[in-house]
Amino acid sequence: MFNRIYAIFVGRNREFVRDRSSLAWSLLLPVVLVFGLSFAFDGQRDEYTVGVLQAEPDIDTGAHPFLETKYVRFVAYDDLDEAMLKVERHQLDLLIDLGPPARYWINPTAAKGYFVEFALLQTASPSSNTVVKEQIEGDPVRYSDWVLPGILGMNMMFSCLFGVGYVIVRYRKNGFLKRLRATPLTAFEFITAQVASRMVLIMLITTFVYTGTHLLLDTRMEGSYFTLFLIALVGAISLVSLGLVVSARVTSEELAGGLLNLINWPMMLLSGVWFSLEGAGETVRGMSQIFPLTHILDSARAVMLDGATLTDVAPSLAALTVLSGVFLAIGSAIFRWEQY
Amino acid sequence: MPIALEARDLVKEYPGVTAVDGVSFSVPEGICFGLLGPNGAGKTTTVEIIEGVTRSTSGQVYYYGEIAGAKFRQEAGIQFQNTALQDYLTVRETIEMFRSLYERQADLDEIIEQCSLADLLDRDNRKLSGGQRQRLLLAVALVNRPRLIFLDEPTTGLDPQARRNFWDLIQNIRAGGATIVLTTHYMDEAQILCDDIAIMDAGKIVSQGAPDQLLFEKYGDKLINLSHGEIRRPNLEDLFLDLTGHSLRT
Repeated sequence: MFNRIYAIFVGRNREFVRDRSSLAWSLLLPVVLVFGLSFAFDGQRDEYTVGVLQAEPDIDTGAHPFLETKYVRFVAYDDLDEAMLKVERHQLDLLIDLGPPARYWINPTAAKGYFVEFALLQTASPSSNTVVKEQIEGDPVRYSDWVLPGILGMNMMFSCLFGVGYVIVRYRKNGFLKRLRATPLTAFEFITAQVASRMVLIMLITTFVYTGTHLLLDTRMEGSYFTLFLIALVGAISLVSLGLVVSARVTSEELAGGLLNLINWPMMLLSGVWFSLEGAGETVRGMSQIFPLTHILDSARAVMLDGATLTDVAPSLAALTVLSGVFLAIGSAIFRWEQY
Repeated sequence: MPIALEARDLVKEYPGVTAVDGVSFSVPEGICFGLLGPNGAGKTTTVEIIEGVTRSTSGQVYYYGEIAGAKFRQEAGIQFQNTALQDYLTVRETIEMFRSLYERQADLDEIIEQCSLADLLDRDNRKLSGGQRQRLLLAVALVNRPRLIFLDEPTTGLDPQARRNFWDLIQNIRAGGATIVLTTHYMDEAQILCDDIAIMDAGKIVSQGAPDQLLFEKYGDKLINLSHGEIRRPNLEDLFLDLTGHSLRT
């Protein structure tokens, strides 16, 4: 059995590595995106963002004149520690608790916090000294720090879904699967080889891209590399498994491409690749939890930006494992070799 | 001679059409068995049911008296009519990959020599000519030292030189003791290579036996008058056209 899996594994690896254009695309796309976005957006955030400490998710703008300030996005937080961390990382310009007693937190090294504080004090009552000021110090999280896991995750998603899903559909359509079926190779062995091949390639590419960007841009890494690697590994398994579900029966590359895009785009928009979903509604955030990429990015950012431990990200890893199991079970149950 | 392969009452129905309609035949060990028929007669479907790549609606396939299963997959070599191989692999890598899928493995050098592939080993298999590609596909079918080989229209699209070269290869394989099941619509090919044939039409076998025996049963000592005055003995093509008709098949 292992000889057969190894033979298909090696064959698929050779096919991928010798396809220079695909290989170059897999390596260059994330690097170009990270550097481009880093150049374009690091240190830039047009809108002011203020956290409001309250239990309710919706902001009542009538609760305080400051909440009616234009060009400021107000986001509700019910966890003080989480919100304070955002201020520390310059992800929130100011955090306010309307009290009583009213308190606010700013980072003295954040330029935008300085201006938002002015706005707050302008709108506060004449007895503004009743608003208690607290300071939190910390270095900013640059956009490149924040977006790097998103781009790596997106690259992983494209590579896993298209690298497995699309390839299997192509094999089925051109008759290569039928040829393999006429050998002692089983569906389990074939799928295992495909998954293993893609896993090795994607982990090598992701590690290479991460290491390069980390060294060149000095991106933030607060947690353990092992935990990050584990997240990437478990995440890649779930994405490959999702690709298998799409490819299990489809015989047309056009249909496969459409289905894969149907999965890719919502996942890319709702999993937090480019922007945070913190300000989004409960429904959207709830929906995003069904996507493996959401769990991958949330846990990777938690490790890289907040120093989360393996225990902290265990729920995300568990969710990814469950999703992988469901996808693999469906994919194996409906897999077919032949075109018709 | 033991029966290497037996197809019993094979039926394959698709919505609105019966592609294979109760096909039965047996192939003794060591012979070359030809399955002939016009386009759409059901040859390829029949062979693919036997090979295990298409499910039959009903019927059974036996390999040396047992229902064809794991042993059959290990010992059968198959060359499909149309097969894509993995891109970017060389001829050698392609043969080695398929060879690794079997417990029974042929000697690599022997296959390469047998299929005249020595000069092509490092060539990307996408860059082979039609004849070279067919030799590679035959090599892939031989990687497990098969006792039973299926060749589905192996010379379709080849030039006369490549066809004759391929016939030599098939005769060599047969001389080595393997049983061959050949589907073709070239009657000269069947007459030269096959010991036994079955002619299919509309999903059924309409005639079966040794080519000379079938010709004798149909024509006896009759001679055929050709339009330009030549007189000759009837051949397999005459028999084929008499049994399956002259109308075009779609």
